[in-house]
Amino acid sequence: MSKILILAEHDGATLNPGTAKAVSCARAIAEHGGADIDVLVLGDNVDAVAAEAAAINGVSTVLATSAPHLAAPLAANHGPELAAAADGYTHVLAPSSTYGKDVLPHAAALLGVNAVSDVMAVDGARQFKRPIYAGNAIVDVTVPEGLMIAGTSRSASWPAAGDGGSATVQAREAASAPAAHTRYVGVEGSGGDRPDLQTANVVISGGRALGSAEAFDIVYQLADQLGAAVGASRAAVDAGYVPNDMQVGQTGKIIAPDLYFAFGISGAIQHLTGIKDAGTIVAVNKDADAPIFEVADIGLVGDLFSVIPELEQQLS
Amino acid sequence: MTILVGIKRAVDYNVRIRVKSDGSGVETDGVKMSINPFDEIALEEALRLKEAGKTDEVVVVSIGSNDVQQQLRTGLAMGADRAIQVDTADELQPLTVARIFKALAERENAQIVFLGKQAIDDDGNQVGQMTAALWGRPQATFASKVEVDDGTATVTREVDAGLETIEIDLPAVITSDLRLNEPRFVKLPDIMKAKRKPLDVVSLDELGGHAGNAPEAGHHAPPAPRGGGIMVADTSALVAELKNRGLV
Ligand SMILES: Cc1cc2nc3c(=O)[nH]c(=O)nc-3n(C[C@H](O)[C@H](O)[C@H](O)COP(=O)(O)OP(=O)(O)OC[C@H]3O[C@@H](n4cnc5c(N)ncnc54)[C@H](O)[C@@H]3O)c2cc1C
Ligand SMILES: Nc1ncnc2c1ncn2[C@@H]1O[C@H](COP(=O)(O)O)[C@@H](O)[C@H]1O
Repeated sequence: MSKILILAEHDGATLNPGTAKAVSCARAIAEHGGADIDVLVLGDNVDAVAAEAAAINGVSTVLATSAPHLAAPLAANHGPELAAAADGYTHVLAPSSTYGKDVLPHAAALLGVNAVSDVMAVDGARQFKRPIYAGNAIVDVTVPEGLMIAGTSRSASWPAAGDGGSATVQAREAASAPAAHTRYVGVEGSGGDRPDLQTANVVISGGRALGSAEAFDIVYQLADQLGAAVGASRAAVDAGYVPNDMQVGQTGKIIAPDLYFAFGISGAIQHLTGIKDAGTIVAVNKDADAPIFEVADIGLVGDLFSVIPELEQQLS
Repeated sequence: MTILVGIKRAVDYNVRIRVKSDGSGVETDGVKMSINPFDEIALEEALRLKEAGKTDEVVVVSIGSNDVQQQLRTGLAMGADRAIQVDTADELQPLTVARIFKALAERENAQIVFLGKQAIDDDGNQVGQMTAALWGRPQATFASKVEVDDGTATVTREVDAGLETIEIDLPAVITSDLRLNEPRFVKLPDIMKAKRKPLDVVSLDELGGHAGNAPEAGHHAPPAPRGGGIMVADTSALVAELKNRGLV
């Protein structure tokens, strides 16, 4: 039987949905010989977040560790703390977010093991599938007996485990000393109250073709009309049309909305790897040979500057 | 001070990846190989720090068989002062690579170990974090801006929530994200000059060898294809199709 510890992701106030997705990944492991699934919440004053984690279906115990030096999500502090908490577990998992990817490999190294990045499927308690080469190959990975398993769960591959659980919340003392060599200054988000790119049912993305930050407004307008989140290609981010946290792709966010619109995006493999799990992909591009049409479920050759206003009108 | 830059030889990002028919791996025969794009960005940043007088020396490091000398020479042509090849024919796991960087950082008294945030072949995104953990030094991953001052660095990091800023004491590990800079092009005279720059070869064993048992890669498969797409003629047809499928 496995004993799985999941590192919760949160912003101090609410739990990030990546956590409940990691619980689904853990439950898939549990199908191979059973498992106890615990969640570790690191922060300062984590009671509310711990209560949220306790409600996830399938979780047995939530370990809540509050300490001032854990308030900021610094790998220099969270890595050693996770490694210390992992004692006695067979598996340690984190969501494959920038937080999870920062902290988990750090902890894995302290535990003396390699990590399995982006677990997308579970074939056994020690057997996983993960994407490599920007998702152009899927490899089977086996962790040898006797080694602790550390991994990140690829959020786009797992549904969020539902609510209705009633795990015990247990206070756990911090075991690590604060790292004096790393200081948190702050985070600047693009803000706004549009739906979150990683959890939205509908995502509308724009590419280089938009041409300017001002022109991107038509994408926002359509998104607001549909209650959609807004994404972008790397080219649009690099050109400064939109902030970095909107980038979709191999090195941006990997998303799995029910419906994805790509306006003026050519469909480079690095972009496609971020949208392959979408339910339906709609592509609008004026070049009939654009590679985006090879993956699109519904393609339209046309000028986005006329298609978007038409869509707005016809969908209103 | 010295900056070590890890550059991995990887399949060029423009190559269309094909999985071998026997599932044993990805086709690399006759395929264009380049410096991993993130590592090129890390190297560019190190060179700019040198040009700004923040470091005396930039050393490129690649771990692999003699083939990696090609990428090391490119790194030297971009402006690195010297190169180190850690010679091994084995496929390496991130933990072993991290141990090598830690050993080299100590041996070379490096102030910054500059790596890419991820290698675009294994998409691991692990080595920088592991190096920092083993070395007991700060990690600033996914950097989109780096300012170095008197023994500290202020690093802006690309995170899911936006841009995070942290301050770290040196020595430290920094890993580059895409928007840190745009790497320079190599000029022909620099390629000639690079041939005369020092390239040392050290063995893996000299630096501590393998980190022991590691996850084993088995069968490789191409991703499930998405198929059955249709083209529509105009916006009205698109709307009709979306309505038909109950998507709007
Ligand atoms: C290591 C690495 C990682 C990367 N990671 C990512 C990533 O995470 N995400 C990502 O997106 N990219 C990534 N890239 C970049 C990627 O290779 C492409 O360069 C990028 O996706 C291109 O963006 P684009 O499609 O907006 O621009 P382009 O490729 O320039 O395409 C613009 C498209 O717009 C169409 N168009 C122009 N005008 C109109 C119009 N009026 N109406 C309709 N269509 C129009 C054109 O026909 C064209 O197809 C990465 C690259 C590297 C090397
Ligand atoms: N064989 C290697 N030689 C040199 N540097 C490497 C090697 N493997 C990994 N690295 C460095 O570690 C970074 C992250 O790799 P990874 O964790 O495998 O995605 C890369 O961008 C390189 O800077």
